[in-house]
Amino acid sequence: MSAAPPTEGEAGWEAVAPARRRTPAASRTRIVLAVIFAALLVAVPFVVPGYKTSLVIETLIFATLAMSIDLLAGYAGRVSLGHGAIFGIATYVVLYHVTTNAGSPWVGMLLGVVAATLAAVVFALLAIRTSGVYFLLLTLALGMIVWGMCLRWTSVTGGENGLRGTVAPAWLSPQPVFYFFILIVTSVMTWLMWRFARSPFGLTLQGIRESESRMRALGYNVPLHLFIAFTVSGFFAGLAGTLYAFFNSFVSPATVALAQSVEGLLMVIVGGVGTLFGGLVGAAVIIALENVVSFYTERWPMVLGLMFIVTMIFAPEGLLGWGRAVLARRASRKES
Amino acid sequence: MDRRKFVQSVGAVVAANAAAGIGPWQRVASAQSGPIRIGLLAPLTGVVAAGGKEMVEGFNLYFDQHGHKVAGRDIEVIVEDDASNPDTALQKARRLVEQRNVHMLIGDLLANTGLAVAEYVKGNGVPYFIPIIAADDLTQRKRIPNVIRIAGYSASQMPRPLADYAYHKLGYRKAVTISQDYTFGYEQCGGFCQTFGDLGGTVVQQFWQPLNTADFSPYLAQIQSAKPDVVYVMETGADANRFIQQYANFGLKGKIPMLGCMNLTDQSVIRTLGQECEGIISSAQFCEGSTAPATEKFVTEYEKAFSKLPSLYGFSMYSGAMWLVAGMNAVKGNVEDRKQFLDAIRKVVLNDSPLGRPVRLDDYGNPIYDVYIRTVKRRPDGKFWNVPIETVPNVSQFWKYDPETYMKQASYSRSFQGIKKS
Repeated sequence: MSAAPPTEGEAGWEAVAPARRRTPAASRTRIVLAVIFAALLVAVPFVVPGYKTSLVIETLIFATLAMSIDLLAGYAGRVSLGHGAIFGIATYVVLYHVTTNAGSPWVGMLLGVVAATLAAVVFALLAIRTSGVYFLLLTLALGMIVWGMCLRWTSVTGGENGLRGTVAPAWLSPQPVFYFFILIVTSVMTWLMWRFARSPFGLTLQGIRESESRMRALGYNVPLHLFIAFTVSGFFAGLAGTLYAFFNSFVSPATVALAQSVEGLLMVIVGGVGTLFGGLVGAAVIIALENVVSFYTERWPMVLGLMFIVTMIFAPEGLLGWGRAVLARRASRKES
Repeated sequence: MDRRKFVQSVGAVVAANAAAGIGPWQRVASAQSGPIRIGLLAPLTGVVAAGGKEMVEGFNLYFDQHGHKVAGRDIEVIVEDDASNPDTALQKARRLVEQRNVHMLIGDLLANTGLAVAEYVKGNGVPYFIPIIAADDLTQRKRIPNVIRIAGYSASQMPRPLADYAYHKLGYRKAVTISQDYTFGYEQCGGFCQTFGDLGGTVVQQFWQPLNTADFSPYLAQIQSAKPDVVYVMETGADANRFIQQYANFGLKGKIPMLGCMNLTDQSVIRTLGQECEGIISSAQFCEGSTAPATEKFVTEYEKAFSKLPSLYGFSMYSGAMWLVAGMNAVKGNVEDRKQFLDAIRKVVLNDSPLGRPVRLDDYGNPIYDVYIRTVKRRPDGKFWNVPIETVPNVSQFWKYDPETYMKQASYSRSFQGIKKS
């Protein structure tokens, strides 16, 4: 990030680093867990082919969206309700380019990401001056504008009926190939977001979250940092949106609706705000539950709602945050 | 891992999966003694949940009456909630096909959910039946061989005989339309306006209001000042309820006659209304107040089972079940042979449906009906229902137009309503 002022860097890192330093035992556990997790992900299309693999694909895509929301919510302390719209803009652009323009899916993907990033730029310019509930409401309103446009601009968006058509090229159509395509892209994106969050720039964002006035007093350009963070976050949300177009071959106003933003945010909250990988956990839990519970009862939204309440009461730091706390407690017990 | 190794391993994965894919498929094909699994998609939550529930009721009623067995095979109906949301519908369709191995899909209510599922089955050839989804192009310009509208209707099909009736029998010449602002509305109004215009009538103004309009008074005032002979109303669900009530409250009832799409005076709407709905004229293939013995029998049984008069949703899904069973019997239960099964479905002539008149499909997979012109009347017990005034025989989705020429014209939209520019 070229915008990072030279004053941050080692000094900024040291300030936060002690909290992150871990015992060797704990980091070994983490590595083992990560390897097991990666192995499981690779095994998915062979162990559970068919529908369950498609659920994992969906989880990976929504996890990317959730993590992009977490970049803002967890690190910069700005909770956005407009990311579903940014995500959906990318999906719309890909489908429009591929079906209406009969263009290449890869160009469509590029255009989709560009469009989503541009939308994020506009959102950011309007929203970064606010914080807290005002930021929430402003992003909500911007998202609703996008939804309204998708609903009413029938000649381009197909209105209520949306746009349909196969996006993924033929060589991607076997499910394992498609799965690994999604896995690789989302893994790279996750790594990039992780790097971004841990970079000096990410630490500055955390500083802004903790105390905007202090960061300003230290000479940081707070609005510029927030602007860049929003744009980067929008870029990742847009990328997730283009993958969704490949996966779903269909887009309608439901994809840019408020419910989409809320679902992304719920994934972050369930997984753990500010944990980044919590987005993945949250996406997995919510998508799995939606599918399992709806199998048994048509009152599944109620069950999901209860689960959110229970999570908030017993694990307010989210499932991943809760898991980490448990691990840390065990590690410290071993040491003493 | 170098690039070549990667390519090799991915290739191996693909090959292994292709082999695995053939294996179970053969097993299923030979397992003809197992049950026939039908995936029923219906919106049990979300904005149209009430209609979705009636869809399931109607579909299950048929099998409850006639037994869950066809051609020696058990019938297993697996219901999934599409949540009135196209993305959920798509996800549930995937689950039904890929996890529950259903032999066919049926259902969905909202056009966008149906279109999403249709796009999905286009790729894998699973038979998909749409008794409720009325989107014109699914049986016209963008038809898919394995998507068939058994026991359903296309949106622009029903208003045409009504326009003809309004022009010839009622003598109306000047109409306005008001409709919900989405594709289903464009298509229904398009059907009305094109036929009315071709006969020589004029549509002086068209109003498009957003879905879920709470207050219609601005529109009602404009309708009044346009001084038309008649107003054609295309509203569904809660909008239909509100429009009919406010039309009466505004004092327009009895002054400007109201014609409606079939959804406007469907039981799902007028069930909760009083005399403000009396006298509205609409057109539909189904008319719960018809005196045809088959219809009377169905209505009585439905009323006994669910203590309410059947709506279009219940009726269509009931007939849809009947149609499926006729197709299954024709292939002796061998639904695994999709091509043969779909051909059989296309050839079905449904003689014993609740309509009491034979129904068959046209060459494009949409039924041809004798359409009722119907009006809302009060039953002796105080409930309101639709009773027939007249029957227009053999109405296809193309009306009196030549199918191929017709399909060259654009699909109906806000900007194209089939009205010739003079």
